[in-house]
Amino acid sequence: MSEVLDRGVTEVELKVVGTRPIRPDGTEKVTGAAMFGADFSMPGMLVGKIKRSPHAHARIVSIDTRRARAVPGVKAVVTAADFPDLASEEYEGGESASNLRDLSLNCMARAKALYDGHAVAAVAAVSAAAAAEAIDLIEIEYEVLPHVIDVEEAMAHDAPVLHAHLFTEGLETRPLSPSNIAQKNELARGDLPAGFAAADVVMEHRYTTAAVHQGYIEPHACVASFAPDGQCQVWSSSQGQFMVRTYCAKVLDLEASNIRVTPAEIGGGFGGKTTVYLEPVALALSRQAGAPVKMVMSREDVFRATGPTSGAVIEIKLGATREGEITAADVVLKYQAGAFPGSPVGAGSMTALACYDIANFRITGYDVVTNSPKVAAYRAPGAPIAAFAVESAVDEMALELGMDPIVLRERNAVKDGVKAAYGPTYRNIGYLETLEAIRDHPHYAAPLGPNQGRGVAVGFWFNVGGESTAAVHINEDGTAVVVTGNPDIGGSRASMAMMAAEVLGLPIEKVRPIVADTASIGFSMLTGGSRTTFATGMAVTQAAQKIVAELRRRAAQIWNVDPEKAEWRNGAAVCLDPAKPEIEPLSLAALAGRSARTGGPITAEVSLTAQGAGPGFGAHICDVEVDPETGHVTILRYTAAQDVGRAIHPAYVEGQIQGGVAQGIGWALNEEYVFDRLGRMENAGFLDYRVPVASDLPMIEPIIVEVANPRHPFGAKGVGEVPIVPPLAAVANAVRRAIGVRMTDLPLSPPKIRAVIDAR
Amino acid sequence: MKRRHVSAIVNGDPVEFLTWPGSTLLDALRDELLLTGSKEGCSSGDCGACSVIVDGRLVCSCLMLAAEAEGRRIETIEGMAEDGALHPLQRKFLEHAALQCGFCTPGLLVAAKALLEANPEPTESEARYWLAGNLCRCTGYDKVIRAVMDAAAEMRQARRL
Repeated sequence: MSEVLDRGVTEVELKVVGTRPIRPDGTEKVTGAAMFGADFSMPGMLVGKIKRSPHAHARIVSIDTRRARAVPGVKAVVTAADFPDLASEEYEGGESASNLRDLSLNCMARAKALYDGHAVAAVAAVSAAAAAEAIDLIEIEYEVLPHVIDVEEAMAHDAPVLHAHLFTEGLETRPLSPSNIAQKNELARGDLPAGFAAADVVMEHRYTTAAVHQGYIEPHACVASFAPDGQCQVWSSSQGQFMVRTYCAKVLDLEASNIRVTPAEIGGGFGGKTTVYLEPVALALSRQAGAPVKMVMSREDVFRATGPTSGAVIEIKLGATREGEITAADVVLKYQAGAFPGSPVGAGSMTALACYDIANFRITGYDVVTNSPKVAAYRAPGAPIAAFAVESAVDEMALELGMDPIVLRERNAVKDGVKAAYGPTYRNIGYLETLEAIRDHPHYAAPLGPNQGRGVAVGFWFNVGGESTAAVHINEDGTAVVVTGNPDIGGSRASMAMMAAEVLGLPIEKVRPIVADTASIGFSMLTGGSRTTFATGMAVTQAAQKIVAELRRRAAQIWNVDPEKAEWRNGAAVCLDPAKPEIEPLSLAALAGRSARTGGPITAEVSLTAQGAGPGFGAHICDVEVDPETGHVTILRYTAAQDVGRAIHPAYVEGQIQGGVAQGIGWALNEEYVFDRLGRMENAGFLDYRVPVASDLPMIEPIIVEVANPRHPFGAKGVGEVPIVPPLAAVANAVRRAIGVRMTDLPLSPPKIRAVIDAR
Repeated sequence: MKRRHVSAIVNGDPVEFLTWPGSTLLDALRDELLLTGSKEGCSSGDCGACSVIVDGRLVCSCLMLAAEAEGRRIETIEGMAEDGALHPLQRKFLEHAALQCGFCTPGLLVAAKALLEANPEPTESEARYWLAGNLCRCTGYDKVIRAVMDAAAEMRQARRL
């Protein structure tokens, strides 16, 4: 009997939830039939291409498109002049707010190009060759400006200023001059000097992380059609079709009802597809050309103009008693935002100390614009960066105190009833359980060889709820369709179908889940924030429960008994009226077959704003071996425990944990944006921007911990983001213990480690 | 510039198409033959999403000119299931949940098929190095490798019977 049942979230035995069925969309994905963003075509479709700035920072003096327009086959050329000049307006999109003016300017530069790769013009033509020729013939006069990419250089008083209108928010007095620091935020509690005074050991360190890309294998792609009557259609790969609709409407000043967005299968997102780059441009081109336009980014475009997440500097001062009580923490986070404000430093600040119950702390965050691509959400945005510094510092403290790193974390762990550093009071969290899971795992006691080290780190993510819609339709033969508005990035169709099947009492094979376009289902926030299984799953469950109530009502009507006397068991209505023992159960198929005479089609739709997403915690162990000759780090073994509330489909839960760990290992060891002296990205391809490959990794052992979330019908918490939070420090802590020296700058590439070993 | 006529065998069937001199085999498969199962992830041979088998040899179709396909025998993901039955690798990928977004999956399957044709009994390490040219950003490769090893075992067993 699982924890979920013990806690009384659901009293019936679960038949589908918690099993491992084949995913409903599986066959089309292993046969090549699934349609991703670039796989869609329309008759008469044109090819769209973007002209990008070769400069990291430049004033656009003039754009001459005459020669481009003269190329045979060119049907449209657009620049910022073809888009409305929007006023600054914050819009609450998905995981984080977006400024619509900045979003528009990121799709198409106006007056200034702010990073190498910034879109400055676009063309649509009958062939890729004609479009490419026209792109080359667009003549742009630039006045090249000094640029700045390093976060601390961008914060300096004499730094080149990206935006003359940007004045630092969050200061006590309004600044007199513009700055690249968009915002300063602070979280604090207790008495910091007293906290440090109470400490026996105080340590200070400075950590840095490099900008890294989400690295989804599918480049951004869309087809857009703008009809003469103003009706727009978009087919695109994104984390949210409603997000695409909203942003297209805002950027082009259109009405949402005139835009229908159909989600393609999405080839990975990790937060990077929570915004738009191509879709508004493709619509603008289509409007001018009078034909549908397809746009597909190259890998180089993806690196230069989308994502990444922030490079950062983190300063941390930690104080603790000899007994291992952390008495004070002072953390300063400086995050690159890229060309426009909006780094994830806010979430970084809120998550930094979320695993620790510390009486005195201060967390200061700086959101800093830089001449690099505008950062996009990346899996637990901001949290891995902060956790790298905090978890490295806690590990140093454990070494200094001579304490086991798990014991030190247990000593200072948050638990139910503790007020989180970011505000709320924790309820039903499973953090200590994850620490216990790794402490008791054989991995933690396994022997290590020479040049090997074992690191431990923990991580936290809020998980979010939000607006979701789901519909359940019962077909005439008693099978069901589940409709949601959330793109399926990693198997969510399976979990949606499973929850519906569980409630309806159907086998999973009789439930067909689909992801609908924006005109076919009610609004749903995008797939992100680890919200879909929680929030959309809640809508699916409630819709299925409405169906069951309706089926009971109809059975009672047929039997001429009180609806209370019709119970739903194993996919059939059972009559409980003792006066009518002869009544046979009515199956879903039998009830569906009689629907015309009992009230018509059997369907239900539920829209809700889900609240109470349980926060997630993970605890990881990593073993490495460092080659002293080359400085190369090999990951020998990896174990990751995580509280997921309730695993709906355990195989896909494990997959989320394994995938998050792999991305975190890449962040720790290999991945970084490298810019030349002119601010141009030097490694905009998968050869030089090296994500982990199969031969880089061992098996990754997930441990699923289930402390039920009472706010979800089956106890689920979000899963996808937590697992990328601990690995950066888990790897770095393992390297520290292997070589005896603390490495503070990511990535831990062989030359850096060699240099440290040589200097040792 | 004129388009050139190419004849080839794709998934056992004779095909003909026209191609620009600079077009890749991947372009021809996707745009001329409408076989969009092979994916373009990088166009530089680094991600393996476009993997196909040409005359028995695993290649990145983004690195081969379409014109070079003349007279060749090409296998793509669309030809992997035979007579409506999934290939053991395809089945094992589903059973092991070895895909999340599914974008790299066609390339991984084609590469894994080539692996098992060359080496029916790979060690885990051999499978990992063979598949090192196929990037997957979702799974961390754990379940992919398990699926490949399991399919290999099943195919060996079937051969013995």
